[in-house]
Amino acid sequence: MTQWPLWEVFVRSRRGLSHVHVGSLHAPDAELALRNARDVYTRRQEGVSLWVVPSAEIVASDPGEREAFFDPADDKVYRHPTFYSVPDGVEHL
Amino acid sequence: MPEVTFDQLLADDGRVEPRDEMPDAYRRTLIRQIAQHAHSEIIGMQPEGNWISRAPSLRRKAILMAKVQDEAGHGLYLYAAAETLGVDRADLLDQLHTGRQKYSSIFNYPTLSWADVGAIGWLVDGAAIVNQVPLCRCSYGPYARAMVRVCKEESFHQRQGFEILHTLAHGSPAQHAMAQDAVDRYWWPSLMMFGPPDDDSPNSARSMAWGIKRFSNDELRQRFVDMTVPQAEVLGLTLPDPELRWDEERGHYAFGTVDFSELQEVIAGNGPCNRDRMAHRVGAHEDGAWVRDAATAYALKQAARTEGAA
Repeated sequence: MTQWPLWEVFVRSRRGLSHVHVGSLHAPDAELALRNARDVYTRRQEGVSLWVVPSAEIVASDPGEREAFFDPADDKVYRHPTFYSVPDGVEHL
Repeated sequence: MPEVTFDQLLADDGRVEPRDEMPDAYRRTLIRQIAQHAHSEIIGMQPEGNWISRAPSLRRKAILMAKVQDEAGHGLYLYAAAETLGVDRADLLDQLHTGRQKYSSIFNYPTLSWADVGAIGWLVDGAAIVNQVPLCRCSYGPYARAMVRVCKEESFHQRQGFEILHTLAHGSPAQHAMAQDAVDRYWWPSLMMFGPPDDDSPNSARSMAWGIKRFSNDELRQRFVDMTVPQAEVLGLTLPDPELRWDEERGHYAFGTVDFSELQEVIAGNGPCNRDRMAHRVGAHEDGAWVRDAATAYALKQAARTEGAA
């Protein structure tokens, strides 16, 4: 091991909100990754919960394939409520 | 929807993300700049760390430790941002240790008195904020996001420095003199932090076109002077520039000529503390090797045990 593995850090800023990616760090194992994440990313009470995930375990979509990959949603405007016209005077719809 | 190209993205003031296609020169420029920025943060721990054991009160000591810890944190945010461009943190540190990458020349000046800790917070961090706020809108997403975190934390740094100087400047005549001496020594080097003048800054135009840089060196320097002069008046301290005066016509403060030959000398390695800073950094890295080795050995042993138990 020439360099400790990379971990991605996610912080839940307060209850009711989801964990959000804040950055990454190196650590030899999960326990130290958590402790380092606390010291690096939550020095000012930025979080009430932390996740650390080995960067190598993240599977991501390919930015080069973005167009084809997200294409199925492009022609389905009827999935949005604004697609539908509503007669004047109709409320609560 | 057509594939968004790098040029279109920049034209629309969009953000470039790690796995997007980008020109090699853009990638190299960012790696160099972010690494240099990260190195500056961790070398910047030294001049202030020098005063932790001699802080005048427990309150000042706790604040200074928090600040120095922040600098380490800023270094880590920035190394993490640089790594998204496909470089290795260990390599970047190696380049710092072998002198192939630089850090901000301001940290090659010594901290001779406690007042210097105040001057660094007020002037050096103040100048850093002026440089860094526009970087929050840098075209490279991870760098911009790191800068948002850094800027939030820097304002505490600047205020604690101002408070130290304000206390000294309103204390005994000896304390006032100590504060004035620190400001006298740190004023000009702080103005040098904005880099060479615009007509001698070969890479600026390209960085502006790429959305890495948003304002020119001279514009940012002027902004810092305009911001700082009224603060000096509140402190009751003078700035060591006989040419400093309000220029009604331009609506800015006019100031004297910065001695950029001094900046070149310090960058070339001939500042007051260049060798000390590097020797200390390399020493700390080497002395910490056993800790890194122990943590690695422990992780491997734990992993082997888990595997054995499964």
